[in-house]
Amino acid sequence: MPLDPTRWEPVIGLEIHVQLKTKTKMFCRCENVWGEAPNTRTCPVCLAHPGTLPVPNRQAIEWAIRLGLALDCEIAPRSLFHRKNYFYPDLPKGYQISQYDSPIATRGRFSVPGPDGDREMGIVRAHLEEDAAKTIHVGGEGGRIHGAGASLVDFNRGGTPLVEIVTEPDVRSAEEARRFLGLLRQTVVELGISDAEMEKGSLRCDANVSVRETGETGYRTKTELKNMNSFKFVADGIDAELARQVELYEDGGEVVQETLHFDPRSGRISPLRSKEQAHDYRYFPEPDLVPVEPSPELVGRLRDELPELPAARIRRLEEEIGFDLALGLVTSGRDELFARVPGDDRRATANVLMNQLAGAGVDPARVNADELAKLIAARDAIPRAAFDEALAASGDEGFTAERYLAEAAITDEGEIDAVIDRILAANEGQVQAYRSGKEGLLGFFVGQVMRETQGKANPKVVNERLRERLRA
Amino acid sequence: MAITREDVLHVARLARLEIPEEEIGRVQEQLSAILEAVGKVSELDLSDVEPTSHPLDVVNAWAEDEPRPSLPQDEALANAPDPEDGHFRVPAVG
Repeated sequence: MPLDPTRWEPVIGLEIHVQLKTKTKMFCRCENVWGEAPNTRTCPVCLAHPGTLPVPNRQAIEWAIRLGLALDCEIAPRSLFHRKNYFYPDLPKGYQISQYDSPIATRGRFSVPGPDGDREMGIVRAHLEEDAAKTIHVGGEGGRIHGAGASLVDFNRGGTPLVEIVTEPDVRSAEEARRFLGLLRQTVVELGISDAEMEKGSLRCDANVSVRETGETGYRTKTELKNMNSFKFVADGIDAELARQVELYEDGGEVVQETLHFDPRSGRISPLRSKEQAHDYRYFPEPDLVPVEPSPELVGRLRDELPELPAARIRRLEEEIGFDLALGLVTSGRDELFARVPGDDRRATANVLMNQLAGAGVDPARVNADELAKLIAARDAIPRAAFDEALAASGDEGFTAERYLAEAAITDEGEIDAVIDRILAANEGQVQAYRSGKEGLLGFFVGQVMRETQGKANPKVVNERLRERLRA
Repeated sequence: MAITREDVLHVARLARLEIPEEEIGRVQEQLSAILEAVGKVSELDLSDVEPTSHPLDVVNAWAEDEPRPSLPQDEALANAPDPEDGHFRVPAVG
């Protein structure tokens, strides 16, 4: 539900956690893997046995710097780890090793292309920390979060490396938040530092949400929306919270600062229990870890290694195929294949890559671009079924378009007319209805003809001939 | 700065510790004594001294990203009082 933009302006800041795909955890050398049997990737360090000491993962530090550079941040010449103290069973030490007042990267910006040009989103900071263990709540009423009786804890994820990114409150709509996340996701994937899959939790997003009257310059009270685990839920959650706040203000109420949980099934927002918010983290420098001082040479090398970022590629492609297709191709990682596919009808190629090829689940990196180009060029001359089948196979070893192109579509009008006549004769009622104005029935007739010809009729010809015959 | 009874209860709650009523006063005194001792430092003029977060003059101590064997599941759970399905089972924390 969109707000009245002449009255209300959304003010949104995001906190994003990116799980790094290092081979080992942040402070011990247990494997960093997903989906293994519980508590099979643990050691005395990540189980917090007394007397153990953390040793940072050099790769994780380099990747955090790489991400900081991609976000155009300043890389701190000296940064520290801090202990963030809180008591919860997913945190065996009783504290999380994180960063506090001297994070590894600060003051960046991230460019988000939109249909009306770019928006620059300020980045407050990016810092390294260790992830908590995974807990499953069992028993008690209501299950999830509220009123659970006991927790089962799996420490495989405990201690794996995360980068937390905090943005300025520069995001102005749920849709923009979603676009930002899509671009950030693609960026970290291309940096080679994370799988960044929201469903798996390797990319997580919280949103700080407030509204203000259009023209107002200060900020009003914000709420924090937690744990939205898909792009759609992030957008839906923000929209629901914006609507809730506007309704409160318009009814003369006030927004209370609190942490909220969005339930995507019901679309409802509910406060997390106040006790869970009573955080008093008592940060202090982690005495078991020495400062990180990346050399200018290291930072320079990492800067030189940065690839061209998705936003820049979207801007380049936009002129050729329009914003939506450019955004879609780049954020789905298909623009590299798009560039390799020869052919003049760029929009048609982009559409095929975004729709049929994506639908067939083909890995774009495995596609032979020249063979795909032949297919796309011939798409009107072969049956739809053969085209789809060919696309689905286009990532296979040794794929050629030839076999599918041989299956020429029925384009002969006489042959198609004969089928049409049979169909029309068998469906007189629908013909009458169409002629008296129900033109939506055209699709029905097309479907019948396609079925009769086992999908081999050229749909363009079928459409033209049907309209012609039905007019009579 | 003296530690109040409320400070003791607050910190105890954060750590989920239950302090018997008769011990609160003693804990209050001990914590105040510790703070007082550390507070000595603030009697010095330290305006041109960098905060010391670590006593060693060492930076960049880290290890390569090479996996080492983890504990087998039964060893990991050896000290768990109430394991269930390969997990540590703990009371829910409110």
